Amino acid sequence: MSQSVQSMIAASRKKKSKKIVEKLVPIALFLAAAVSVLTTFGIVFTLIFETVEFFTRISITDYLFGTEWLPFSGKEPLYGVLPLILGTFKVTFIAILVAVPFGLGAAIYLSEYASDRTRRIVKPVLEVLAGVPTIVYGFFALTFVTPVLQQIIPSLKIFNALSPGIVVGIMILPMIASMSEDAMSSVPNSIREGALGLGSTKFEVAIKIVLPAALSGIVASVVLAVSRAVGETMIVSLAGGSTPTFDFGFTGSIQTMTAYIVQVTTGDAGYGTTIYYSIYAVGFTLFIFTLAMNLLAQYISKRFREEY
Amino acid sequence: MKYLNDALVMKRMGSRLKSNRIWKAIFIIATSFALLSLAVLLFRIFSQGLGYLNLDFLTNFASRIPEKAGIKAALVGSLWLMAIVAPVSIILGVSTAIYLEEYAKKNKLNDFIRMNISNLAGVPSIVFGLLGLTVFVRLMDLGKSILAAGFTMSLLILPVIIVAAQEAIRAVPNEQREASYGMGATKWQTIVRVVLPAAIPGILTGSILALSRAIGETAPLVVIGIPVILQFLPTGVFDSFTALPMQIFDWAKRPQEEFQFVAAAGIIVLMTVLVFMNSIAVFIRNKFQKRY
Repeated sequence: MSQSVQSMIAASRKKKSKKIVEKLVPIALFLAAAVSVLTTFGIVFTLIFETVEFFTRISITDYLFGTEWLPFSGKEPLYGVLPLILGTFKVTFIAILVAVPFGLGAAIYLSEYASDRTRRIVKPVLEVLAGVPTIVYGFFALTFVTPVLQQIIPSLKIFNALSPGIVVGIMILPMIASMSEDAMSSVPNSIREGALGLGSTKFEVAIKIVLPAALSGIVASVVLAVSRAVGETMIVSLAGGSTPTFDFGFTGSIQTMTAYIVQVTTGDAGYGTTIYYSIYAVGFTLFIFTLAMNLLAQYISKRFREEY
Repeated sequence: MKYLNDALVMKRMGSRLKSNRIWKAIFIIATSFALLSLAVLLFRIFSQGLGYLNLDFLTNFASRIPEKAGIKAALVGSLWLMAIVAPVSIILGVSTAIYLEEYAKKNKLNDFIRMNISNLAGVPSIVFGLLGLTVFVRLMDLGKSILAAGFTMSLLILPVIIVAAQEAIRAVPNEQREASYGMGATKWQTIVRVVLPAAIPGILTGSILALSRAIGETAPLVVIGIPVILQFLPTGVFDSFTALPMQIFDWAKRPQEEFQFVAAAGIIVLMTVLVFMNSIAVFIRNKFQKRY
């Protein structure tokens, strides 16, 4: 009997096909993993390559410090990116104003006050809210939020910064709520019970004990949400308008970096024109902003994490 | 037997308990705001769109007349798109996850791959559109085809699928691998016959959720420049096509009020597809997921 098992093992060892498979598979899998790295290189090289072409036509200082973005004015097009950046910041600012208080409030309620049953109902609903496509939010901003706001603020234009800002805020709210809730839930119960035993109320526990302990996770979630808001496209394209302005009002039409790229690609600017290359310069600017935010969020959650 | 002087305690605690109650109410209001937003959004879209939603809407092509506008080309186009995105992104994503979890040694190269994936997940979708426009549409000369859009979308959701698959593979306990090795199985045999079967519910759930994100994603399609008013269905992957969110975007932009109702009807179709996909994901998660 033992003889036959040994001969079976020996026979199996001799099979060459098996050895080849064992050697080839890791290589094939590594190649698949390389695709994601290639994607990053592809993005970076595409953006740099076409942006450099853009800067052979438009001076880089005009682009970075110009306060007028008029690419479509036939004779003297102006490519100063600041109005687009300002438009993006306006929307992001309002979004944060909406999402941080409501998102944090929801996170504190879910992690400190809510019963298990409530949590089991509310968390999936938040997931649904996070899964709604942005085009749907854009439609909602344009056809519902803007008309409602116009009832309250009569001077509000059809396209403005306020309405898409609020809706982007609703879009990133679940992200802040669920990531902050995760951070707060991971604070050990013994610390909570210690504070409660000393006579703290639940509110005091939440604000003085849990919030500081979970702060790195909360800040990281807000930074990631900012990055999402900066890169958000469809809501601002539908409800924000397409007039890049360099002022600090929230009631007039604006244009964000993403909305400009959409405007050009839905229009008929031909391949090789300066306008065509400008979307890569704007895309590169956008990429730098979001990359910086993402790296910052990673740094915060790594560097300041409390270990229990 | 009374150790506490209630009056004294209440004098100190009263205001603190009151602020606790007030803040609890504020936190509940904050939570309700999110739930209320979702309710209003759904109510608005259904009340606007239901009137335009009928069988003709599903079987008509796009039209200049709102009453005759239909979503057939977009619905079929989105299915074609998924036919490319699903195999490409799942094969690449799961292979990457297997590599990272089972084969990758701890070295600089693999750390770089890991860091790269988490950063890729944070790149705005419109930037993926620029990549697709340059590499797939122009450089590889695929045009505004299903293939070009499908590759772009696959790369967009790749990080999501990788992370989901990694978690599913990591959840398979090491004892099972060791038992398999102990029986004389090779590494690849162990992965194919032990690890993957145990991880497949998690992988499928994550993949379906990622695909449902791809089906609602608009920005990359806009940048690639796929058309909206199509009067024919694609017959192969090199054909041009249109997709659900793209069609909705076009309708929502039109100034006539009727087209807003058409857009709302389109959104109902899109959301129905999403709910369907998500139910499958939840079903798989609840039915097949093992807890170790």
